[in-house]
Amino acid sequence: MADDEAGTLEAERADDAERASATTTGGEPPRKGARAARGELPRLTRSGIGGLLAKIVLLGVLDAVVVWAVFVMAGLSMWIPIVIVLLITGLINWIYLGRGKRLPAKYLTPGVVFLMVFQVFVILYSGYIAFTNYSDGHNGSKTDAIAAISANGLKRVPDSPAYPVNIVERGSHLYLLATDPKDGTARVGTTDEPLRVVKNATFEDGKATKAPGYVTLNLSQVLDRQDEITALSVPLSTNPNDGALRTDDASTAYVYRSDLVYDKTADTFTNSSGTVFVDNGEGEFATKDGSQVLSPGWKINVGFANFKEAFTNSQIAGPLWRVILWTFAFALLSVITTFAVGLFLAMVLNHPKLRGKKIYRVLVILPYAFPAFLSGLVWAGMLNPEFGFINQVLFGGAQIPWLTNAWLARLSVIGVNLWLGYPYMFLVCTGALQSLPEEVDEAARVDGASPWRIFRAIKLPLLLVSVAPLLIASFAFNFNNFNVIYMLTKGWPRFTDTTLDIGSTDLLITMVYKIAFGQGGVRDYGLASALSILIFILVAVVSIIAFRRTKTLEEIN
Amino acid sequence: MTVPTGSSAFTRRAFFGFAGAGLTAVALAACSATPASGGSTAGSGQSITIWLDTQRAPAIKPIAEKFKKDTGITVKLVVKDFANVDKDFISQVPTGKGPDMIVSPHDKLGSYVQNGVVAPLQLGDKAKDYADVAIQAVTYDGNVYGLPYSIENVALVRNTALAPDASTSFDEVIAKGKAAEAAHAGTVKYPFLLGLDPKQGDPYHMYPLQTSYGSTVFAQNADGTYDPNKLTLGDAAGLKFASAVKQWGQEGVLNANITGDIALDAFNKGQSAYYLTGPWNIPAIKQAGIKYAIDPLPSAGGEKAKPFLGVNAFFISAKSQNKVAATKFLVDYLGTDSAQEALYKVGGRPPALKTAYDVVAKSDPDVKSFGDIGLDGVPMPAIPEMASVWADWGGAELQLIKGQGDPITVWETAASNIESKIK
Repeated sequence: MADDEAGTLEAERADDAERASATTTGGEPPRKGARAARGELPRLTRSGIGGLLAKIVLLGVLDAVVVWAVFVMAGLSMWIPIVIVLLITGLINWIYLGRGKRLPAKYLTPGVVFLMVFQVFVILYSGYIAFTNYSDGHNGSKTDAIAAISANGLKRVPDSPAYPVNIVERGSHLYLLATDPKDGTARVGTTDEPLRVVKNATFEDGKATKAPGYVTLNLSQVLDRQDEITALSVPLSTNPNDGALRTDDASTAYVYRSDLVYDKTADTFTNSSGTVFVDNGEGEFATKDGSQVLSPGWKINVGFANFKEAFTNSQIAGPLWRVILWTFAFALLSVITTFAVGLFLAMVLNHPKLRGKKIYRVLVILPYAFPAFLSGLVWAGMLNPEFGFINQVLFGGAQIPWLTNAWLARLSVIGVNLWLGYPYMFLVCTGALQSLPEEVDEAARVDGASPWRIFRAIKLPLLLVSVAPLLIASFAFNFNNFNVIYMLTKGWPRFTDTTLDIGSTDLLITMVYKIAFGQGGVRDYGLASALSILIFILVAVVSIIAFRRTKTLEEIN
Repeated sequence: MTVPTGSSAFTRRAFFGFAGAGLTAVALAACSATPASGGSTAGSGQSITIWLDTQRAPAIKPIAEKFKKDTGITVKLVVKDFANVDKDFISQVPTGKGPDMIVSPHDKLGSYVQNGVVAPLQLGDKAKDYADVAIQAVTYDGNVYGLPYSIENVALVRNTALAPDASTSFDEVIAKGKAAEAAHAGTVKYPFLLGLDPKQGDPYHMYPLQTSYGSTVFAQNADGTYDPNKLTLGDAAGLKFASAVKQWGQEGVLNANITGDIALDAFNKGQSAYYLTGPWNIPAIKQAGIKYAIDPLPSAGGEKAKPFLGVNAFFISAKSQNKVAATKFLVDYLGTDSAQEALYKVGGRPPALKTAYDVVAKSDPDVKSFGDIGLDGVPMPAIPEMASVWADWGGAELQLIKGQGDPITVWETAASNIESKIK
């Protein structure tokens, strides 16, 4: 795409040059010819053809996918998404098929699309979930919940016999043709018509297979109407307490009694002992006094309830502040320690007279090559109090509880993160050090400044100008450094003043993970999303403040 | 002057661009398959979907092919990660795009029912053909939900070279273990091995010892299912067990730092005479060349030691559009002797169908041992709040093994914490 743009710019410059030369040579036909030639097609270089072809193919693929998606969405009657998708695709096509002022847009479009899908949409969706009560027990819609409660409320009458059945049809209604196991007679019935004896039925092996006036369905017809068949509920007699016949596999039926009956108009469930369950506005059916609740419930909007709970529920609120403090401390200490060690090594290995620099550099970078996930597990093994390498070899068999004492666990976590993080800082500092001007250094040495003074007053400030954004990014990364904490200690040792699974090495992100995925209890996506939004706000605020301050740093320099 | 040229070039350029893009779009769209309508129902020639793990797929494939021959319905086998399949199932079913059937351990059943994602399964008279404990395990709130196919439990594995005879009580086991340690001072380091998690403990493995004191986690109803409202962990028998745990920790019988991997490794190196584990470790023990015997769990407190049972079963999704086909596949095809034996061959666990178990037990003595021990077992509770129960229960046991705290206080605190969480 850049090539044909360059081609276009060239063409425009050549245009001006030709105009300029044309006035001196004074030839009309060449100008017209040149302009006419350009009017036919843009002048294409070889890379221009490749670029244009690539653009057409890629745009074509995108448009093809969109056309197919529109058909699918039309089939599902999703009209608003269709309009949105068409608008966005139209915009993308317009951007890529134009030229000139749209050049920046052509570079930015893929990045912006991915930013929208993977960041903005995710944040908005999390925000939406934070205002609902989506959790275990509030998993789906109200209709699903009602269907599930009704299905679970159907209890087979104990010791009721199995009725061999066939599915038959008359008109457009389905009926159950059952063979009564007690007397071997054939009976037929459907949802609102109780079983009655049918005469002259055809029997095969004692099972009624055909009845006059009814058409028996074969297997494939049965499989086409499975929902209707499983919904059939044939009362045994006019007394509803005798139960009803239902079948799940279209060949055997059992007698069921409904424990819970749904009243559509009143939107309540009533059970066999007369207790009435109403929709209590919190996404579940419960008795008026709230003593009994039916499960499952459904997902509803709860406004700010999740945010309130995060700060007022005593199980969460107390530990929450400690976790926030530890998260800030962990992120800060990680950045400081990794930067200090990385900078120290970078300066040492930067010495011009050091031999074997390449070997040292490779060794220093090795920890960066291992995935943090794996390293966390390996270190957990090495820090085992009785069998771990650290205690057995380095401490001569002392049983130091690295991961089970609160403060030692915090120390271990910072130590392992230091081991994992210093190679990155080493690389960054090596690059930054090599870009520092040497004259200032020499001038300072000539003036008689000590090495430490040179470092503190000259090297460090110049270094910070270029490294500061990376330090801020590293802070944000370590604020959410899930891998190290979860793999090494799972956030333990646990706090003793809460029944939830929150511990002394827990970051906000590991706490959110445990709440969302139920390590400490029931999965609660709503609360977890609310906490995620909080984390986002915290990190965003800190980053904005820090970036503002680096701007002032640059201005001083 | 360049403006007219520019705009006509733009128009032509754009025209060619749109034409090219449009033609390619139409060509590709025409070549694509017709979009499937949402929510397909199975007639002949359509399909039902089952989620399994990689181990079971080869056993289910031939059964699926037979089903297709008989009914014309294709069974699509989708392989999923067994550890996370329950989370995926719960989040996908409400969207309507979940599978029709799933393979899962039974202790997730409570959370499936709480989220309304499984449908009751009618086994009818065939329920009598399965082991009673298997049916109990797949029953929740009075309804049967799954078709069980295997049962697993722990047992006491004995190194016959170090301890030639079986023992009747736990004290005898420890005495023999210590004697072996004394006799082979160089190689044998532990009187007894039980893999724990140094951070959370392992109440599952310790349960047989606990039940031998008469302490259970929940009260059991007459039909064998648990009453999740009656936590019996903190009763008098439980406190006796707690004191015993602290004593074992002090004697070195139980060691909080020995994880499951370390325990298996140590047993394979002949460093202990006894190892409390399940059938999943037997292949590794065989490979290490250890001559072993599988004993019933010894009683520590005088009553019968009942291990926890894990039952694996097939469940049907509540929003499946193909319930009839799925029920047929489960009850009539997976509930047969050949299917259960095929699943045993890939999994190594005793089958749940009684007739299949009898056949398998004749050929594999290890399975017979585990299976007979399992007859006394109790299914793991399936209530949704179990995750927090395990955490607090294990934490209390771990604390006592490490020798921290008074058994009565630690145990009672844990019991009251659990009570407040499951309310």
